[in-house]
Amino acid sequence: MADAKVIPFDDDRSRGSAVTRPPRRRGAASRRKNGEPAPVREIGEAGEVQPLPARAAGQDDAVVTGEEQGRQDGGGGGLERRIAGGLSFLRRRLTGDYEVDDFGYDEELTDQVLMSLLRPVYEKYFRVEVKGVENIPAEGGALIVANHSGTLPLDGLMMQVAVHDHHPAGRHLRLLAADLVFVLPVVNELARKLGHTLACAEDAERLLGQGELVGVMPEGFKGIGKPFSERYKLQRFGRGGFVSTALRQGAPIIPCSIVGAEEIYPMIGNAKTLARVLGFPYFPLTPTFPWLGPLGAIPLPTKWTIQFGEPIPTDGFPPEAAEDPMLMFNLTDQVREQIQHTLYKLLVQRRSVFF
Amino acid sequence: MLVTGVARQLGGRFVRRIQRDPQVDRVVAVDAVPPEHHLGGADFIQADIRQPTIARVLAETGADTVVHLDVTGTALGGGSRTTVKETNVIGTMQLLGACQKSPSVKRLVVKSSTNVYGSAPRDPAVFTETTSAKSLPSGGFAKDAVEVEGYVRGFARRRPDVAVCVLRFANILGPTAETPLAAYFSLPVLPTVFGYDPRLQFVHEDDVIEVLRIGSHEPERGTLNSGTFNIAGDGVLLLSQCSRRLGRPTVPLLLPAVTWAGSLVRTLGMTDFSPEQIRLLTHGRVVSTVQMRETLGFLPRYTTAGTFEDFARSHGPGLLPPEAVAGAVDRIAALPLPGGGHAPAHPPTPSAN
Repeated sequence: MADAKVIPFDDDRSRGSAVTRPPRRRGAASRRKNGEPAPVREIGEAGEVQPLPARAAGQDDAVVTGEEQGRQDGGGGGLERRIAGGLSFLRRRLTGDYEVDDFGYDEELTDQVLMSLLRPVYEKYFRVEVKGVENIPAEGGALIVANHSGTLPLDGLMMQVAVHDHHPAGRHLRLLAADLVFVLPVVNELARKLGHTLACAEDAERLLGQGELVGVMPEGFKGIGKPFSERYKLQRFGRGGFVSTALRQGAPIIPCSIVGAEEIYPMIGNAKTLARVLGFPYFPLTPTFPWLGPLGAIPLPTKWTIQFGEPIPTDGFPPEAAEDPMLMFNLTDQVREQIQHTLYKLLVQRRSVFF
Repeated sequence: MLVTGVARQLGGRFVRRIQRDPQVDRVVAVDAVPPEHHLGGADFIQADIRQPTIARVLAETGADTVVHLDVTGTALGGGSRTTVKETNVIGTMQLLGACQKSPSVKRLVVKSSTNVYGSAPRDPAVFTETTSAKSLPSGGFAKDAVEVEGYVRGFARRRPDVAVCVLRFANILGPTAETPLAAYFSLPVLPTVFGYDPRLQFVHEDDVIEVLRIGSHEPERGTLNSGTFNIAGDGVLLLSQCSRRLGRPTVPLLLPAVTWAGSLVRTLGMTDFSPEQIRLLTHGRVVSTVQMRETLGFLPRYTTAGTFEDFARSHGPGLLPPEAVAGAVDRIAALPLPGGGHAPAHPPTPSAN
């Protein structure tokens, strides 16, 4: 109950600053372009919460100087090298001289292009803080199980960037996505190239068998499309298929809790008829969407925390354990409890939704 | 040995190749039309496998191995779709009926296709031999192949003494292969479905001949050549990669437009751009070849990329040859070096992107 109190308290404050937030960000962007920090405006606008904007400004400044330094260094050979690298990349892409795996995962495109597109969202917009990345093994198959929220599956993408950018072994997360992803044009193409595949036991087992790091969000549409009032309440974890898959491959299960994604699109209503007509599992109504049109589809700039928990080993069980429904339910509950518990802990620690 | 469907390039090549094997005494080549290519001394018998005469041919020749290659998606010499379907389904039924009556038959090899898996967004990324299709093919060659395999399974049940080998081939490409996909890749401009980049797998025609040989002889030690096997080269190519490697530009069309254009082209009889072909070029298909390697003991000589390279070499470059594109990029790369400054170095990058 104490946790439930924390959330509305944050919200009251956030509703006020959510409106002032975008201009501040634009200010930050233009400032970076000019190369001149403008801390006065910053503090003046968000005076309500003083210590944090100051820190944010400090971070921004550090980035600016870093970028500038890079540009100055680039004056010598760095820029030439980067251009040469970019052109050889372009040459490989245009002549089709690159590899994809059986799932259509295009590692080069993901690393060079798609990750650089997602990284600004990850670093600057949601300012994701990652904890416990050392719980992900450096090699071998492992199954990351995370909570799912936010109306649009941005949490999965952010988790992918988190693993990609922070794991010391540079592991790539292979996400399991809903079938709707592979029905939609453009989305399915990008998902495949990012290394996602259909959430089915065959694909998950194949990936784990290849020693890949697999990410799954067993709540599925129930989690991502739940109303705002039920935020941070984990939904049913499917039928626990992910546990039997992990058991069959002996891959450890790593529970992962994502805080911040719940508030990006506060879903206050669900246009069920429209959803049925369009063939979607839900059609979200948020305070801004669809009233403001495409502008309303911009997520709120919440501050995120992604915590990877202690791995739960599954290799100690006998081979027939995957067929034991009781054990499967117990393990599913254990994973679910651990994620829910960590979520509450992170929520208590959180100072505000937006900072 | 009795081989059907020899009037096609693939059948002809197989007949020529198999005669060089010492285990083979005599090859009887059967097709409804006389082949245009030579069969290297095999006995050609003109018989339509849709007719009961095939039973007499089989009884007279006393063949111990039957290689059924007359399961194809396209008609030879402009036959209609109905003829193709009849040859595939009724032909297979007649042939299997003849085999069941013939006590001499010990081995049956059937050419099938990975089309039997269909392709749908709700399918797993990689099909194994035991995967059942989420959406059974609704028509066309894919449905024929499903039905043919059904009859073959029934035959295998009734004649357990006959070793039955069903080979599900991925898209066959090569310098001489006449498959719908080869025809598609020969178009000057490749129409694609907007927003989809299918994963494709190819198998080289040389590998097809080789694996048919393995299937039609006694199995090697430690291998088993009866059962169902996926046959494909290693690796995967995306359609976008194929078009770039081939140097043929793509025209992305919306899915309804592609379906409509496909049916228009089909009505005009220009090419067999069937619905299942469109589905393949929308969702793609990848099969697992573990059984092929471990049970059948066949290691393809060509990978998917190697097969495609060989195909591209034999068909010549398209409108945008990869070498020319690479050369253009290289020229852009060479530009800033003489100038030495940043100013000329900057503009080419965005424009090239």
